[in-house]
Amino acid sequence: MRNLIAVPVILLTVILQSAVFSRVYLLSGIADLPLVMLAAWSLQEGVDSTWHWAIATGLLVGFISGISWIVPVAGYLMIVALAYLFQQRVWQAPLLAMFSITFFGTIIVSFMSIAVIRFSGVELPLSDALGLVMLPGVLLNMLIAIPVYTVMRDLARWMYPFQEVE
Amino acid sequence: MALALGGYFSSASNVFTGSLVSLQTWFSARFVAVQDFLTSPRDIASLRQRNAELEGDVAELQAQVIQLQQEVGETQILAGLVDFIRVRPENSYRAAAVIGLDPSPFLHYVIVNRGSNDGILRGMPVVTNQGLIGRVDAVIADAARVQLITDPASSVNVRLQNAETEASLVGSVTGELTLELIPQDIDIQQGDLVLTSGLGGGYPPDLIVGQVVNVRSRDFDLFQQATVQPVVDFNRLEIVLVIINFKPVDFAPLIPAP
Repeated sequence: MRNLIAVPVILLTVILQSAVFSRVYLLSGIADLPLVMLAAWSLQEGVDSTWHWAIATGLLVGFISGISWIVPVAGYLMIVALAYLFQQRVWQAPLLAMFSITFFGTIIVSFMSIAVIRFSGVELPLSDALGLVMLPGVLLNMLIAIPVYTVMRDLARWMYPFQEVE
Repeated sequence: MALALGGYFSSASNVFTGSLVSLQTWFSARFVAVQDFLTSPRDIASLRQRNAELEGDVAELQAQVIQLQQEVGETQILAGLVDFIRVRPENSYRAAAVIGLDPSPFLHYVIVNRGSNDGILRGMPVVTNQGLIGRVDAVIADAARVQLITDPASSVNVRLQNAETEASLVGSVTGELTLELIPQDIDIQQGDLVLTSGLGGGYPPDLIVGQVVNVRSRDFDLFQQATVQPVVDFNRLEIVLVIINFKPVDFAPLIPAP
């Protein structure tokens, strides 16, 4: 039953992304709330089903976006994989892991988007894509990383109260 | 008594009453001062309560002002759209509100709150009262995704009003619009108006797109390029019009299979 919380959380995240966060620009870059939310959720202790969250979020973003659904699904799965990797390496510093996953995850998803768009025959100058879209996006994602991590930590403690480790 | 009535005590009476009045004035002033001092805390409490009530009223009025300003803004937008429709009665339009943007920063799409239930189909052009913004890319029952002309994958056949030549308008990842395939012998000037040509059947002709702001012409290039300033502010899209009686031409069946 606790997995049902994924439905409102993912829906709210994607709606906020499309209606609010996509309108807040830094140069041509925007924050990726679903990415940061998944990174924060994957880092919570005792939380399972993060793979399902990644697939569901990726499919929903792919449905709304003009980009191929492969990009968000594969990208978000890689975020979860990255989170597991970092959790094992830097488990004593969750905020450091959060920043690292946000940083590398944004770069991975951006490069995947660029590759798919260029593969579809669209001319996309790499310098513009990296300098004006990806790097500002990285900065914005880092800015929202801490608040999103805090919200997801509270949600995880609420949903998984018995597995909390002091 | 007789002396008093005769006016013999008037000076003494004046001195006496004057002293009394002065004394009463002194007492009255002191009493009022003491009364003010004793009742002032009650007044402050009532003033604070009144102040809170007035602050509540001010907040309510400010909310009303914001709501009315929003309604005025929407009315102005709608009035502009109605004017646009009156100027072009040959087309049928469906108004739609922009409810979201594409989550990917590399693409330029918007989501509108009208779909196939409202007669909207894939390929229909989308405009505002200022000019062309794009065309419908995908449709579900109650919503549609619109590809803006600023999208890197967008290509619109246009013509330059003054130069009377045709060109191709392409978008970019930063939202910049570029005119391509302009022959070298064509004289383009800054400020030239860019309109849809209708060539290719993707868009109706004579929709305003923007103005030329910069021309790049090099001798060794086959074609000139120009930067176009769109007439529409794509960052502030709120209400758009979908031209629902325009059927885009699909060339796919005519393209021979490899």
